[in-house]
Amino acid sequence: MDIQTWTWVLVGVTFTLYIGIAIWSRASSTGEFYVAGKGVHPIANGLATAADWMSAASFISMAGIISFGGYDGSVYLMGWTGGYVLLALLLAPYLRKFGKFTVPDFIGDRYYSNIARVVAVLCALIVSFTYVAGQMRGVGLVFSRFLEVDIDTGVIIGMFIVLFYAVLGGMKGITYTQVAQYCVLIFAFMVPAIFISIQMTGNPIPQIGFGSSGSDGVYLLDKLDGLHRELGFHEYTSGSKTKIDVFFITAALMVGTAGLPHVIVRFFTVKKVSDARKSAGWALLFIAILYTTAPAIAVFARTNMIETVSNQKYEDLPDWFSNWETTGLITFDDKNKDGRVQYVADASKNELTVDKDIMVLANPEIARLPNWVIALVAAGGLAAALSTAAGLLLVISSSISHDIIKKIVNPKITENGELIAARLSAVVAVIIAGWFGINPPDFVAATVALAFGLAAASFFPAIVLGIFYKRMNKEGAIAGMVVGILLMLFYMMKFKFDWFGGGTKEDWWFGISPEGFGTVAMIVNFIVSLIISSFTPEPPKEVQEIVDNIRIPNNAGKATH
Amino acid sequence: MNTDLRKKYWKENLKYLAILLSIWFLVSYVFGILLVEQLNIIKFGGFKLGFWFAQQGSIYVFVILIFVYIRLMNKLDKKYNLDE
Repeated sequence: MDIQTWTWVLVGVTFTLYIGIAIWSRASSTGEFYVAGKGVHPIANGLATAADWMSAASFISMAGIISFGGYDGSVYLMGWTGGYVLLALLLAPYLRKFGKFTVPDFIGDRYYSNIARVVAVLCALIVSFTYVAGQMRGVGLVFSRFLEVDIDTGVIIGMFIVLFYAVLGGMKGITYTQVAQYCVLIFAFMVPAIFISIQMTGNPIPQIGFGSSGSDGVYLLDKLDGLHRELGFHEYTSGSKTKIDVFFITAALMVGTAGLPHVIVRFFTVKKVSDARKSAGWALLFIAILYTTAPAIAVFARTNMIETVSNQKYEDLPDWFSNWETTGLITFDDKNKDGRVQYVADASKNELTVDKDIMVLANPEIARLPNWVIALVAAGGLAAALSTAAGLLLVISSSISHDIIKKIVNPKITENGELIAARLSAVVAVIIAGWFGINPPDFVAATVALAFGLAAASFFPAIVLGIFYKRMNKEGAIAGMVVGILLMLFYMMKFKFDWFGGGTKEDWWFGISPEGFGTVAMIVNFIVSLIISSFTPEPPKEVQEIVDNIRIPNNAGKATH
Repeated sequence: MNTDLRKKYWKENLKYLAILLSIWFLVSYVFGILLVEQLNIIKFGGFKLGFWFAQQGSIYVFVILIFVYIRLMNKLDKKYNLDE
């Protein structure tokens, strides 16, 4: 069978599976809609969290970014896994004990203030919308490349699928579809990696393979460093970013991961506090399988690509080269008219540009793997994008139906009324997300990475102080969140969109890039919170009792309003 | 549960957090970033050690840290009769 038929078959089978699960596990109460009735097994929750977390960016783009950045790519590897340690040790068990439905719920109750609740809802919406637009675009891209429909049609198909299972199933439906999606995506990611590792090093474990030697007896990494030096790039294993920037970006990604509402809310779905800890462990284990494989794929793909194209005659290049050329993701411009591909660091002599996203998508073709493997990668990319989109949409809809409508606008709303409101907000959220997917504003790509900075600068300090510092009051927390997120937005707009006078790399404060600035904004948030709270009255007795209570794990109980 | 016991439980919990987070910081920020060049002089197999910590080792340690934390906390909960 050809690639396209295989892709239709695999995509059809997996989509039917997701819809089947949604019908089987549809939600019948708000508790089930928001937090799956708090009865999810910790391993199932770990699987769902891993799928929720690993987006189109992790699946499609990350290995490519590492492939081009070498050591610089480490910020994503450490940042997007180290955050789970913070989550497990500092947040998950306590938030589960607190036992409500959403992150703004915690902020609103702990800081006894609807202003704090609204600030938290706004932060959650900003973070989730910037993130979800990228996912819908990812769905469209996979459809257009592998199934030859246009991107917009792809986005619309994706919208219908997500709409169906998120609206019908709520958190309960999403949880079990995500379990299935994790299995699909990890299988799709590992199969080509194992094949290629065997091809290039003879070792079936990619994590060990990329530290081994190829058939010529030279260590792969040494060979790649050599090729890089030859072509004028920085050495693969040493990187080009400054140390301070690497440090701050890693920290911003870690803390941001721990502050993302769609990840935090997954820990509200288990039965008890010890299960919340356990599911964080399982989640990271499942994530680590992909994250330790990605740098191996990066090395294999980079070496393969340079060896296949560098200084080769254009007409001798394999088929995949021209396949991807037609999509515009590879371009070749024969500047010196010698009919050969010069791929070098010097921009005036370089003739080849390769989009980082194709490293994972084209990898199986480059390595001449069978057609079904290539189709599998498409199904995996879709699973990754859909699972993350669904998780984000649920955060958006529960922010509106629960945090705004139920808690502020109309507290007397009935259970059924709230459930209808939740479903309607999910529908509206899908439509907005789809619209962003079809008409992506330029800033989307730039802001997805910055969503982490925003989460780090707003939520993380408010939640951590809320648990670990009993004296923290509403004045301190609100001031901290507002100053933190505004400072981050300001820096992002100044250096990413050239507002407020703009600026170049040389103007960065302390040499820290906008991606790493979330760490600075987070520190400022902490300082502002602590100073303001020391000048203002301590929180009321009942609130201090809440804090005492969440520190003790027993009697976490069922979901309560 | 009385206030004294609560305080003791919380203190032990904080002690565990301090130890585990120090290791978390050490393997990523110290080995993977601050001392990466120094560690890169050491090689095992085809890996430079600093590079390996940044792209592999730190992640393995993170996973182990969370499972150690789960064990420690389960024991602690039992000791204070807080397990369910």
